Amino acid sequence: MAVTTVAGVGDVSLARRGHDVKGRLFHLLVVLSVVLAFVILAALVWDMIAGGESVLTERLWSFLTSGLNSDPELAGVWQGVKGTLQLSIIVVAVAFPLGIGSAIYIEEYASDSRLTRFISVNIRNLAGVPSIVFGLLGLAIFVQALGGVTGGRTVIAGGLTLSALVLPIVIITSQEALRAVPSGIRVGALALGATRWETTRHHVLPAALPGILTGNVLALARAAGEAAPLLLVGAVSGVFFVGAQGTLEQILHGRFTAMPMVIFSWARLPAGQGWNVLAAAASLVLLVLIFVMNGFAIWLRNRYEQRW
Amino acid sequence: MRLSPDPSITTAALPARRQVNFGMMHPETRTKPEGGAPPSADEVIFDVVDLSVRYGGFTAVRDVALQINRRQITAMIGPSGCGKSTVLRCFNRMNDLIEIARVDGRILFHGVDLYDPAVDPVEVRRRIGMVFQKPNPFPKSIYDNVAFGPKVAGTRDKAELDDIVEQSLQKAALWDEVKDRIDDNAYGLSGGQQQRLCIARALAVDPEVLLMDEPCSALDPIATARIEDLMQQIKDEYTIVIVTHNMQQAARVSDRTAFFVTEVNEESDRRTGVLVEYDHTDVIFSNPSDERTEQYVTGRFG
Repeated sequence: MAVTTVAGVGDVSLARRGHDVKGRLFHLLVVLSVVLAFVILAALVWDMIAGGESVLTERLWSFLTSGLNSDPELAGVWQGVKGTLQLSIIVVAVAFPLGIGSAIYIEEYASDSRLTRFISVNIRNLAGVPSIVFGLLGLAIFVQALGGVTGGRTVIAGGLTLSALVLPIVIITSQEALRAVPSGIRVGALALGATRWETTRHHVLPAALPGILTGNVLALARAAGEAAPLLLVGAVSGVFFVGAQGTLEQILHGRFTAMPMVIFSWARLPAGQGWNVLAAAASLVLLVLIFVMNGFAIWLRNRYEQRW
Repeated sequence: MRLSPDPSITTAALPARRQVNFGMMHPETRTKPEGGAPPSADEVIFDVVDLSVRYGGFTAVRDVALQINRRQITAMIGPSGCGKSTVLRCFNRMNDLIEIARVDGRILFHGVDLYDPAVDPVEVRRRIGMVFQKPNPFPKSIYDNVAFGPKVAGTRDKAELDDIVEQSLQKAALWDEVKDRIDDNAYGLSGGQQQRLCIARALAVDPEVLLMDEPCSALDPIATARIEDLMQQIKDEYTIVIVTHNMQQAARVSDRTAFFVTEVNEESDRRTGVLVEYDHTDVIFSNPSDERTEQYVTGRFG
């Protein structure tokens, strides 16, 4: 085969025409954006590690298993971890079924009316409402109006408030997972004489489930990191707290705290007594907790995601 | 063979799902509304009377009248947007799934109006199956794809289900290719195999009619030929109505052909499908009575 030069054969030229200055600038800009974002994140994590490292290396186990204490040498995050787990369980039990149910109704059953669209749009708006507003809602409804049921500033009130906070996110992510199921699946099942329920139960839901779970776990991770709404519904934020013990009933109706609250309590104490070190260490614990949840969500997605 | 519009009579004529395999049933034992007369080769299964379908303010197809014969293959051809798929979707009430669709006129199935308020669309779809343009197997095993229909229709016995699955796959000429991997995911099959799986899936609920909406348009010529062979093999047992863009396919497989065109209303610039001509397939392709049909089948229009 004859060797041809890129510069062209006859009047056909395939050589590069000048420099693509705009393209290169844009390329540089987007690379800088991602570098900057990553540097900020890394600085945050590094700050926490540098701040809390001494506690985690010297007494990790006692830090994880001890309760709140007025002595920074003895204080630990156990009540925070426990509270966060209790709240998470309530969110899973309340927000997940409600949210998935709503999503199924909107996507599979509701007719495409003006009302449905109005509701859909407003669920999206709710997802953007600041969490402190949900705290006010929780205070007014779950602590005060329903105080007879929830017992006031209790684990239940906190869990329900966080459930309300993540409900719109749960609905939206579940809706998107359902929408990703191709209509051919629905039509195929209906054409075989399946009812809408059978179609949803046997085909649409199983196909959408990995996506639904992934979105829901991410929503849960968000709930686990919230402090503002819990502040308003009365999570304990002092340095003395025994923590509710005993039966399930007593725990649910007991006072509570959570990891973000523990961090908040410690971070606002005067510096110089070692509380800021504890706050940094607790932040790391919370971060690991949330990374584990998100990691689980990603694993779930990669493992079960259906490709169409 | 039309019935009075009295709903009590019409529902009585569309009984609960038969438990008997239709393939094993003698045609003579089937009750016919007028009774008595022996079934001829040209027994009418669908009688379409003044059918119009509107989507909101848009009329997709209007004033269609045709009769579809039992155990024959009827093709519906015509250019895009002529309403042939819309008409097909009326035969098993799939248009119900489009909220803004309005169906006027009547489609009598064995003399029963499919759009009578007393008729349950779920029951209609168990007796009138459908295969779609794009193969749409469920993301499950080959077995589960075929067994789903009989399961929701009430078959619970495992041995019976196994039997239905094997027979349906045999009828769809897929059994030999998949019998060793019946529990594999259906998405691992080729496009042509997936489409035959969808046919097997539709046959598994033992329908009387198979509606096919451009079943080969996503397939290569070899897979298309297999589906066409398959249609010939099962037409003794099933009534088939096929919508196709492929005129050669209509000419090859069908007994009768309906030709639709799109009429453009000059004032409103609205397009509406109408039925131009419906006749034996050889007449449509060799000696059509309408000029538009001749132009279309000879490739000069559409």
